[in-house]
Amino acid sequence: MKRLALTIALALSGTISAQAVEYSQVQPERSSVAFVYQQMGVSVDGRFRKFASQLSFDPARPTAGKAVFDVDLGSVDTGAAEGDEEVAGKQWFNTKAFPTARFVSGTVKPLGGNRYEIAGQLSIKGKTQAVVVPATFTAQGNSGVFEGAFTIRRADFAIGEGSWAKFDIVANDVQIKFRITATGK
Amino acid sequence: MTRRYTSTAIALHWLMAILIFGLLALGFYMQDLPLSPEKLKLYSWHKWAGVTAFLLVLVRLAWRAGHRPPPLPETMAKPLQFAAHAGHLALYALMLAIPLSGWLMSSAKGFQTVWFGVLPIPDLLDKNKELGDLLQTVHMSLNLLFAAVIAGHVGAALKHHFIDKDDILSRMLPQHGEPK
Repeated sequence: MKRLALTIALALSGTISAQAVEYSQVQPERSSVAFVYQQMGVSVDGRFRKFASQLSFDPARPTAGKAVFDVDLGSVDTGAAEGDEEVAGKQWFNTKAFPTARFVSGTVKPLGGNRYEIAGQLSIKGKTQAVVVPATFTAQGNSGVFEGAFTIRRADFAIGEGSWAKFDIVANDVQIKFRITATGK
Repeated sequence: MTRRYTSTAIALHWLMAILIFGLLALGFYMQDLPLSPEKLKLYSWHKWAGVTAFLLVLVRLAWRAGHRPPPLPETMAKPLQFAAHAGHLALYALMLAIPLSGWLMSSAKGFQTVWFGVLPIPDLLDKNKELGDLLQTVHMSLNLLFAAVIAGHVGAALKHHFIDKDDILSRMLPQHGEPK
């Protein structure tokens, strides 16, 4: 009987202290990295099939949160095979020389509720820019879901050079949307 | 009894003829181009023109419903009259089906059609690669069929004019000089 009471007490304390879980195990099959841009005024979206990340986030101590995110640029899915081939090329990502895009987090600022603002450095194609990424964090059972979107300008990273450098066909702004699911240790 | 088409029907016929020749030529030309800003631009133009052609064929059908075309000459053999009607029916069916297949293909491929970059045409289908590839084949096959039916249409009109020497072609031409 004592043992049962102890088990219940432990179980209860488990739910209460769920907030103290540190989320660090990214679940790639429940995560996505997508992008949206304008092509002659038409919204077109795509995604990256492969990415890896090291993450540690404890909702009880959000400012200590850290993330390093690597996106395999060759795993791009533009929706058309010829598009995938084109953006891997020299004028776009130049994946031979720069296979990955990397985001390294800096300061995490809680905005109240489940909203956060993560400042960080984004490096693509040998160019690094400071970005501020707004995100929400939602605990779902054993896992936590980070969701957010931010906009970059492709010209800042020399993505789309030469005949693509003008923005009349493919706009400069590209919105990056992510949904990262991580479980506790 | 009038032997001519109405001026509206004549105008719609030739306007669509120009548009359709442009669309066919552009469609066959653009698909083999390497990806470039130019290619994306041509695809957008093709889609805008395709939506326009679809709207024009609706106007044309509405006009035709209220204005019966002049009858075929009685000298024409019955099987040939039947062939003429079947040919025209096929042309109308293809003029409707081809833009629809193009629109559905664009939807399935995830590239929405936005008329002249301003008016978004809703995507009826969700993004689906296999379905997109299938619809591309459908769009392509319908156009090959269309080109064949158009060749028959033009050939028949020329045969009527130069061999049968009847008024089938001239009654669809804009009127010159004094109306008879």
